Amino acid sequence: MTTADAFETPDLMLALPEIWLLAMACLVLVVDLFSKDRDHTPAFWLTQFALVSTAVITINLQWGVDATTFSGTYVADDFGTILKVAALGLGFLGFAYSRDYMRDRGLLTGEFYMLSLFAMLGMLVTISAHNLLTLYLGVELMSLCFYALVAMDRDSPRASEAAMKYFVLGALASGMLLYGMSMLYGTTGSLDLATIREAAATLEDNRILFLFGLVFMVVGVAFKFGAVPFHMWVPDVYHGAPTPVTLMIATASKVAAVGLFLRLIGEGLEPLIADWQQMIVILAVLSLLVGNTVALVQTNIKRMLAYSTFNHMGFILMGLLAGAPGGYGAAVFYAVTYAMTVAAAFGVVLLLSQKNFEADQLTDFKGLNERSPLYAFIMLLLMISLTGIPGTVGFYAKWLVLKATVEAGFVWLAVLAVAGAVVGAFYYLRIVRLMYFDKPEGAGPQPSGSGGFRAVLTLNGLAVLALGIFPGALVAICMAAFAP
Amino acid sequence: MTLFIFYCFAAVLIFAATMVITARNPVHAAMYLVLAFFNSAALWIMAGAEFLGIVLVLVYVGAVMVLFLFVVMMLDINLEKLREGFVRHLYIGLPIAVVMVVQMLLVVGSGIMDPATLPSGDLPIPEDAGNTALLGSVLYTVYVYPFELAAVILLVAIIAAIMLTLRRREGTKHQDPGRQVKVRKEDRLRTVDLPRNQQSGSR
Repeated sequence: MTTADAFETPDLMLALPEIWLLAMACLVLVVDLFSKDRDHTPAFWLTQFALVSTAVITINLQWGVDATTFSGTYVADDFGTILKVAALGLGFLGFAYSRDYMRDRGLLTGEFYMLSLFAMLGMLVTISAHNLLTLYLGVELMSLCFYALVAMDRDSPRASEAAMKYFVLGALASGMLLYGMSMLYGTTGSLDLATIREAAATLEDNRILFLFGLVFMVVGVAFKFGAVPFHMWVPDVYHGAPTPVTLMIATASKVAAVGLFLRLIGEGLEPLIADWQQMIVILAVLSLLVGNTVALVQTNIKRMLAYSTFNHMGFILMGLLAGAPGGYGAAVFYAVTYAMTVAAAFGVVLLLSQKNFEADQLTDFKGLNERSPLYAFIMLLLMISLTGIPGTVGFYAKWLVLKATVEAGFVWLAVLAVAGAVVGAFYYLRIVRLMYFDKPEGAGPQPSGSGGFRAVLTLNGLAVLALGIFPGALVAICMAAFAP
Repeated sequence: MTLFIFYCFAAVLIFAATMVITARNPVHAAMYLVLAFFNSAALWIMAGAEFLGIVLVLVYVGAVMVLFLFVVMMLDINLEKLREGFVRHLYIGLPIAVVMVVQMLLVVGSGIMDPATLPSGDLPIPEDAGNTALLGSVLYTVYVYPFELAAVILLVAIIAAIMLTLRRREGTKHQDPGRQVKVRKEDRLRTVDLPRNQQSGSR
């Protein structure tokens, strides 16, 4: 299969989303070079067009398909389509929210758009990978772009420190992932995930070697998730990076991490579920504990969202470890809706930020209701969705995951997660209290930003409510993707 | 005999790798890294991957490490500060490292990696074909997608490196070739009509 004699000309049309996105990224590179526009308007619109058109192509070509191309290194299937469209949509939101912020800080460069587009490409490649080599290259492509994007603000020591930590720890995690992959390759003699799956189902003497590789791969994947105890980079990177970059890392890259897990562990090593389930349980429990307790004492909203990410990663891992189609579907639904909610939360932070002013302290939200009832209401929706109160989409996400966890026989884990969510309610609802019942110190930051930004943010916030009232369609799509 | 040579190279490799992180002088550390690369290249060639071995020497030793040495020599690195944490964190780092090494030895040493039990790779190397020819036959066919991805990663590296380093700061001296080329005579040469001094003519 992997010799040149059996080579078949690849079906390029199947991989059109990636090819198209690469071509568009290169086009942005050239157009921005020759554009005289100081706000990089052509790059902005081309980037948004690239994301939307790639999403359309993905839906048209890959939904309902289950096929591989490029000699089995690329796969197109239903859940890949969902994750890709979600990642592209989150990228769209990120770019829509970030223009004013980046312009005010002198960071609005063409490279911001190019590197983000290449990061998007890395996510798509990861989600569609069907070979250890492509999987690794996709993850690296995404990570390398993010390392550079975090360090973008060269005059900020905090950003440089965050980038350095992210880079060193990320390189270590990549090393772990590669080491695990090399063990798998040594045991099975193949890089192809389908072959590895077959080999895992018929394990004999070399079971230990397989598990040996599995441990290292779980570590690498957990790092990309930011799951405790591989979470040290998350708060510093969230805090230090420019907020639009934080938005991308907090949303789209988490969706890609779910794709990485589903491809590598969920699909490739599915026969070994009894073994990796235990490891993921440990990660999920630690994430739930650390996420909810440490987030309580944060005064910076970016750090608070970073710690609360662990809580949500714990939930996503709970869905993934359940293993059955229901668990995977719940995890994908959780990841997509969580990312959408957090994107809007960072959008509000960006909306309140002004030139030479970061609205990233919790006190900046004091009395927001008096200054801007609309955005106070949207922030209220986002916070109760993250808490998991019925009426918003966060409730359904948590409910689906808990259902899958209980069905998989982890009742105690579900109880722990619910207890954690109750603790988590405190720090989310604290923001609601600040917005509605506290008086601001001084004038407080006013919402700023262009009309387009505000419109998209409002729609994003209301989507959290709309999906909470009518979640059926999205749930059905996520579940259908994993239906046997 | 092959086994003996293998152990020689492996021992030097581990020694060099240890020296890379413990050497006092960063230039020495870089030189030890070169030594480590050479030994791994030799090991690869012994394993039948002569193309990879030669590329490792050409690319890493020949290009990357030379650049690296230049950078190390040009930067004024404060060694005392760098080495500060080494001993201080050793008490926690060393036990973890020892536990990991022992665990790995238990797995690897349990006979599980016996070549007889492991499957042969996807590419059983025929006696008459070289490693290079085999690589060439699959690189642009079977592995064309990963190959293109690697190219994209290099493009990203170029963009990121330029973005992070090419910036105008106050106080740094730089030339702008575009402005230098576009310079006109009027920018540099100022013609002034000097009034002739009436009282004290030189003639």
